[in-house]
Amino acid sequence: MSTVHIPFLQTGTLAVGGRLLDDAERSVQSHADRPSSLTKGHRACQGCAEALAARWVMDTAVEATDGRLVVANATGCLEVFSTLYPESAWKPPWIHSLFANAAAVATGIASSLHAQGRDDVRVLAQGGDGGTVDIGLAAVSGMFERNDDVLYVCYDNQGYMNTGVQRSSATPASARTATTPAVGRHPGAPQGTGKSMVKIAMAHEIPYVASATVADLRDLEHKVRTAMAIRGARYLHVLVPCPLGWGSQSSESISLSRAAVQSGIFPVVEARAGELTDVQRIRERADVEEYLRPQARFAHLFKPGGEDGLQRWRALAEANIRHYDLLGGRP
Amino acid sequence: MREVLEGSQAVARTVARCRPGVVCAYPISPQTHIVEALSVMARTGELSACEYVNVESEFSAMSVSIGASAAGSRAYTATASQGLLYMAEAVYNAAGMGLPIVMTVANRAVGAPINIWNDHSDAMAMRDAGWLQLYAADNQEAADLHVIAFAAAEELGIPAMVCMDGFVLTHATDVLELATQEQIDAFLPPYSPAQALDIENPSTIGTMAGPESFTETKYLQHLRFLDAAGVIEAWSERFRKAFGREAGGLVARYDPDTLDRDGDAPPASAEDLAVVAMGSVVGTLQATLAPMRAEGLPVRLVGIGAYRPFPREALKAALGDSRHIVVVDRALELGAGGVLTGDVGRALAHTGSRIHSVVAGLGGRPILEASLRDAVRRALADELPALDFLDLKAGGVPEPPVGATEVAR
Repeated sequence: MSTVHIPFLQTGTLAVGGRLLDDAERSVQSHADRPSSLTKGHRACQGCAEALAARWVMDTAVEATDGRLVVANATGCLEVFSTLYPESAWKPPWIHSLFANAAAVATGIASSLHAQGRDDVRVLAQGGDGGTVDIGLAAVSGMFERNDDVLYVCYDNQGYMNTGVQRSSATPASARTATTPAVGRHPGAPQGTGKSMVKIAMAHEIPYVASATVADLRDLEHKVRTAMAIRGARYLHVLVPCPLGWGSQSSESISLSRAAVQSGIFPVVEARAGELTDVQRIRERADVEEYLRPQARFAHLFKPGGEDGLQRWRALAEANIRHYDLLGGRP
Repeated sequence: MREVLEGSQAVARTVARCRPGVVCAYPISPQTHIVEALSVMARTGELSACEYVNVESEFSAMSVSIGASAAGSRAYTATASQGLLYMAEAVYNAAGMGLPIVMTVANRAVGAPINIWNDHSDAMAMRDAGWLQLYAADNQEAADLHVIAFAAAEELGIPAMVCMDGFVLTHATDVLELATQEQIDAFLPPYSPAQALDIENPSTIGTMAGPESFTETKYLQHLRFLDAAGVIEAWSERFRKAFGREAGGLVARYDPDTLDRDGDAPPASAEDLAVVAMGSVVGTLQATLAPMRAEGLPVRLVGIGAYRPFPREALKAALGDSRHIVVVDRALELGAGGVLTGDVGRALAHTGSRIHSVVAGLGGRPILEASLRDAVRRALADELPALDFLDLKAGGVPEPPVGATEVAR
């Protein structure tokens, strides 16, 4: 009897859960008894990458700490869609105080636990880009500078999506938002690159800084696990496509994340004590158009007069590729 | 043991003996000596099992206190003036979440113009934040109030401000008797939060409340605030019994003749002019009014101990049949008059009382006995206007009609 060799292609890092891997190598999500820290019933939009990322981050952190995790959440989509009284979608002990203070609340929790002799209980703070790079930056910087034992996770959807898609300082150049409309001689957000919170975090020389996307959830999980094995201030920056704010299809959140990485627009890196220690190389180089074209917020780039804007995006990708050596010496 | 101590040192030591788990502050005059002293005690171990956290702003100081309190620690901070306003959002938030943080406010003016000296405009700006506000008349009371504040705040699940006049009290040295560690351990129950971030019993704290539940949430907060008066009174009474001295309470009464503090002093009578004040000016008023009483003038003194909740009933009881009131006010509601006067007026609505507002001591202007005596004499002679600015410099502003013309810069 002849046999047909069927290759198991779904064993790589991109296979969800990695169910075909050895048990020890499987993702947290592949197990039936996964924590489901952000559980069913929340009100996130279809295709919300923030909800997906938060679930992976939290479940990994819960597993890494054996359930000894406390969470401080900034105001924003993640808070609003998960905790409309009297319901809560969070299983771990979770607190929301204000928009700008998640990092400081987390410091307070960590200080309290330390004073109580409960250093076994770990603290995670999370917020969107507005609560992190804009209004909450002082508190985040303070937490970094003191090297408080907190993992801070920023889910970056590049704008104030919860309030109706206004520009934040993480909004990239030329993006259309409600406060940077795609009209006039310079449509969309003023030129710039968006504030690089990864570089800002690295400048604090904290023990661990990393970026990740929902296109590579195993990498995201690995980074959370790495972070939870370290004491002190840690920062994780996750790119989370927002179908509502970006004007993309709900089904495109993963592919857009992948295009952002493969085009060089969003470098996926790791750094320790201010030094870059790992860079995810571009696997199969994509043109920036692959990232930009599916997003209605960039539609004006593909109309007459949009070429300059497109060129600037290519220049940004090139600059990232050079700075982080994203092609690993390849041409 | 009686000792010579600066007010800030006395407060810091008393706070330390209340065994906070987390102390977090950002420096601002005139609060600095308090937090400096606590940071030293945290280093020397005098303040044990306590984290002292240096933060980058008052907003974070209150936010750290929120996190610490929610995680199950007795949390303390201190601030003043601009610092209190800079943390304003978090001040409201702590109250809304029912976290019994205790905060010393070293009362200081709010700019512009920037001014580091004492008045009450900082705490007054937070009068509706949902915190208890207890005012110290002197440094002994400032220290003692912190013990009562922790006890009352934690029983109620309401945060508490202990307000002490900046510089006038914080930087003044006095002979004091501090509550000892043993006394406070016996008096103050251990912190046992009603809700906490607990991995054994996970809860979600700080959810969003929509139109269908927000009113009820605020109503419950209101009911709890109504309980606060009784709880403050009960802890103050327990304190008096345990320590043998008066501190706190809702309203302070004073002996008609000696002007010494006396909880059993009779209420004012119909012929009395009653002077109402809070904070350190009460001491100046004691010194001012005692000789006037000796002259036979019908004047009485009533001190406000708790400004929030405002002690409407206790104030009315202390004022008795007096219908002629002078409120010495260290904060100005622009276009209206003294802030405390507004509260007194609301408490005395429909009593037919004549109430004068004497705005005094703004931005650290010394409140002189002579000036107070003059104001009281004018009130007795029916020559004091409804709103008077004590020691307003002649020539400093244009001649009347003030308000009709711009003050020259």
